Amino acid sequence: MCLAVPMKVEQIQGSIAVVISAGMKMQVDISLTPEARVGEYLIVHAGFAIETLKPAEAEETLKLMAEMAALAEDGD
Amino acid sequence: MKYLEEFRNQDLAQKLSLKIREVAGKDRISLMEVCGTHTMAIHKFGIKGLLPENVRLISGPGCPVCVTPNAYLDRAVALSRKEKVLVTTFGDMLRVPGSSASLEQARAQGAAVRMVYSPMDALKLARENPDLQVVFLAVGFETTSPTIAATVAEAENRGPDNFFILPGHKLIPPAMKALTENQKIGISGFICPAHVSAIIGLEPYRFLAEDYRIPCVVAGFEPLDILQSILMLAEMIVAGKPAVLNEYRRVATEAGNVNAQKLLSKTFEPTDSEWRGLGEIPGSGLRLRPELARRDAEKMIPVKVEPTREHKGCRCGEVLQGLIEPPACPLYGKACNPEKPIGPCMVSSEGSCAAFYKYVGVAR
Ligand code: SF4
Repeated sequence: MCLAVPMKVEQIQGSIAVVISAGMKMQVDISLTPEARVGEYLIVHAGFAIETLKPAEAEETLKLMAEMAALAEDGD
Repeated sequence: MKYLEEFRNQDLAQKLSLKIREVAGKDRISLMEVCGTHTMAIHKFGIKGLLPENVRLISGPGCPVCVTPNAYLDRAVALSRKEKVLVTTFGDMLRVPGSSASLEQARAQGAAVRMVYSPMDALKLARENPDLQVVFLAVGFETTSPTIAATVAEAENRGPDNFFILPGHKLIPPAMKALTENQKIGISGFICPAHVSAIIGLEPYRFLAEDYRIPCVVAGFEPLDILQSILMLAEMIVAGKPAVLNEYRRVATEAGNVNAQKLLSKTFEPTDSEWRGLGEIPGSGLRLRPELARRDAEKMIPVKVEPTREHKGCRCGEVLQGLIEPPACPLYGKACNPEKPIGPCMVSSEGSCAAFYKYVGVAR
């Protein structure tokens, strides 16, 4: 039931955000994530945004993975 | 899509797989995922094929529809057959067989059942049909329950009075406790659900690491997320240092979604709850708070519910506990398939039997 794909916020009106996913526009309720802003990515479940995506953390995680993987290559 | 392809990099996946092999050594490690979306991703991306033989992945009770007992479904069917009642539900509940009928079958016989994508759509139907009692089937884990709490709050603030829910929500951490205590399963670590954790944060898993010495890692849904979390779990298991770690920091935070938590505790309170396969688990369900009793379909709309019957031969209960894999069920792929499901684990796309059927198939 969980949608793993983050959706980009195009527009916000009150507690409703218009998001884009795979080229399609959709309305989602943002009453659970009032901090959401235009341009950010949201995680959506059952018509509600449940969290925002944090790009800096995503970069950090990818960096960590690359480091772990590099260790594997060296035979650690 | 940003931050999707990056987490599917095959070269990195191979390297992480090597690293897991190296860290795990010869230790026997059994990791359970308790989220149906993880179960699907593990099969879809062939994660098991990237792991050494001594690192085993077990699917737990990750599908809310699957763990909902027949008695709940039978009540929903009875409600849908009652005059002036409209039952609304997420699509995956429609085909789940109850004791004698599914909601879909009841609808074919004239019962009032509508599928919705969001609980807000159910509220809208209540506003559009003031002469009907509109009931939403409130099934799901901590990811879903806040969306229903928000809908109930909206109904309380602006009406209407003819909107009800049938509470069937389940809480994941109490189920993890029950699974950990079952020695037959023998869990050595948990891959924690991504979006349940986005709501509840890390704290509710702490007792598993501290009291049971079982490490937990909150993981995202992409292949690299899952591999990385397996690596983090293997490191903690081998070092004998259990903790609760977060691999999915880009979405889930330490504290979780505090807005959602506040709304949840304003709307619901924990109660003992029956899980298919796992039985009654203390404090593992949610009921409406007493001041919201007028929104409770079970209390407000009396119906006669048929006596519960289990599906003969279905081994969903053992599948949900990770005690057997779907092909061990004699009906798997034969009498029971996605077109003609006998048990709930074959209905919902994230049910273990359905995910296994789709990605692994029948012949082994
Ligand atoms: S294959 Fe079908 S009958 Fe067997 S356990 Fe799964 S859902 Fe039940």
